Amino acid sequence: MTYSYYPGCSLHGSSREYDDSSRGVCAELGIELKELPDWICCGASSGHSLDEVLNIGLPARNLKIAEQAGLDVVVPCAACYNRLKTAEHAMREKESVRNQMRDLIDYDHKGRVQILNMIELIQDQISLDTLRSKLVKPLTGLRVVCYYGCLLVRPVEVTGFDHPEHPRSLDEIMSAIGAEALGWSYKTECCGGSHSLTRTDIVRVLVDGIVDMAKEAGAQAIVTACPLCLGNLEMRQSDGGFPVMYFTELLGVALGMNESRDWLKKHVIDPTPLLGSLGLLP
Amino acid sequence: MIDESAKSLLATIREKSGQDILACYHCQKCVVGCPVAEFMDVPPNAIHRLIQYGRKDEILKSATIWLCAACETCGTRCPNDIDIARVMDALKQIAVKEGVKGKERDVAVMHGLFMSGIRKRGRMHEVSLIRDLKLRTGGFFKDIRLGIKMFRLGKLSLSAECVKNVKDIKQMFDRAKAIE
Repeated sequence: MTYSYYPGCSLHGSSREYDDSSRGVCAELGIELKELPDWICCGASSGHSLDEVLNIGLPARNLKIAEQAGLDVVVPCAACYNRLKTAEHAMREKESVRNQMRDLIDYDHKGRVQILNMIELIQDQISLDTLRSKLVKPLTGLRVVCYYGCLLVRPVEVTGFDHPEHPRSLDEIMSAIGAEALGWSYKTECCGGSHSLTRTDIVRVLVDGIVDMAKEAGAQAIVTACPLCLGNLEMRQSDGGFPVMYFTELLGVALGMNESRDWLKKHVIDPTPLLGSLGLLP
Repeated sequence: MIDESAKSLLATIREKSGQDILACYHCQKCVVGCPVAEFMDVPPNAIHRLIQYGRKDEILKSATIWLCAACETCGTRCPNDIDIARVMDALKQIAVKEGVKGKERDVAVMHGLFMSGIRKRGRMHEVSLIRDLKLRTGGFFKDIRLGIKMFRLGKLSLSAECVKNVKDIKQMFDRAKAIE
């Protein structure tokens, strides 16, 4: 199986461990990822806040590159995934947007490639049974809560992924690799997203609410699939010691990949003492 | 009664966001679910009311439009299917276009710097964004220890990635301005 790969700016920056673990796990599972040539930033929150045209235009240009490459595109970052899906949705639903984009990027959008997040890729394209059959080190004894955040699951009509308020997919993946995915009510609470730099005070309040609830649920760590969420949860929690990991990192551990140690070393809050105490480090 | 200025604001919002504000019957479900409502000066449903009244200046100067985190909780729960985050986007875009300087300037400045970074390089570079933001809004020592830690962990890179054809990106930004 071969897919195009859109890492986005965070995965080439502060979220390198998400990039490395996504690529690593895919290679281990026999999936080839081809990075889109000369991809550009999706515009993220700033694009849709400020610019009526470029908020669609920036992701549309990436979709153009993806259609020219001719393969379905995997997008691990929840924010990039959301923007690419938004552009695809807008161009599909509105002729006026499609025409505007034709003028902007000299390309007629065909809607030929599927946009997939990492959870979808593992669950639908690889299947949990395949994952189970490749388990080397089941994550027995690890209690986690799965934190989906906003951008993967909302708006429903745009992403169409899982459930907007009670998603299950990541919990199922964590269960499949032997961890205990605990029930909790903060799966899709907002972490404050792009306010991290400017209204840090607000982000702290939201993040503390999420971390406190995770502890109350009995979790030892939070698992996520979004670099914005992970960044905020790690950097802005008052506790300062509650681990947060990408689900792909834990997949790597469960698949017995030695490289996963390098990914886990890149965290502001070191998750290796927890994993080590459970005998789960490679 | 809806006067002319209210009609024109309603029409602009409808055109830019695709949302029908008149459908709002102020059940305040959006307010209850909003994670940042407690920090806002005008609750989300009251923004709708102000739009219905045509009180544009108050809306565009509010903190609310810039504090909306676009989490889409409200849009998911709205019984009248109003995607309120899209309305907030439209209002921010109007505020910027009309040069309205309201509350939460730092948030607006950050978004502006983010976009000019993309125009320059085609990609966002975290260190440049943070540096430019500090130069514009102050707070030079904020997060300094965190920054050093992240740099040591290899999470921050001093050299910025650039796409091959930067000229193309600049042209795209110029074209977008012309289209708008």
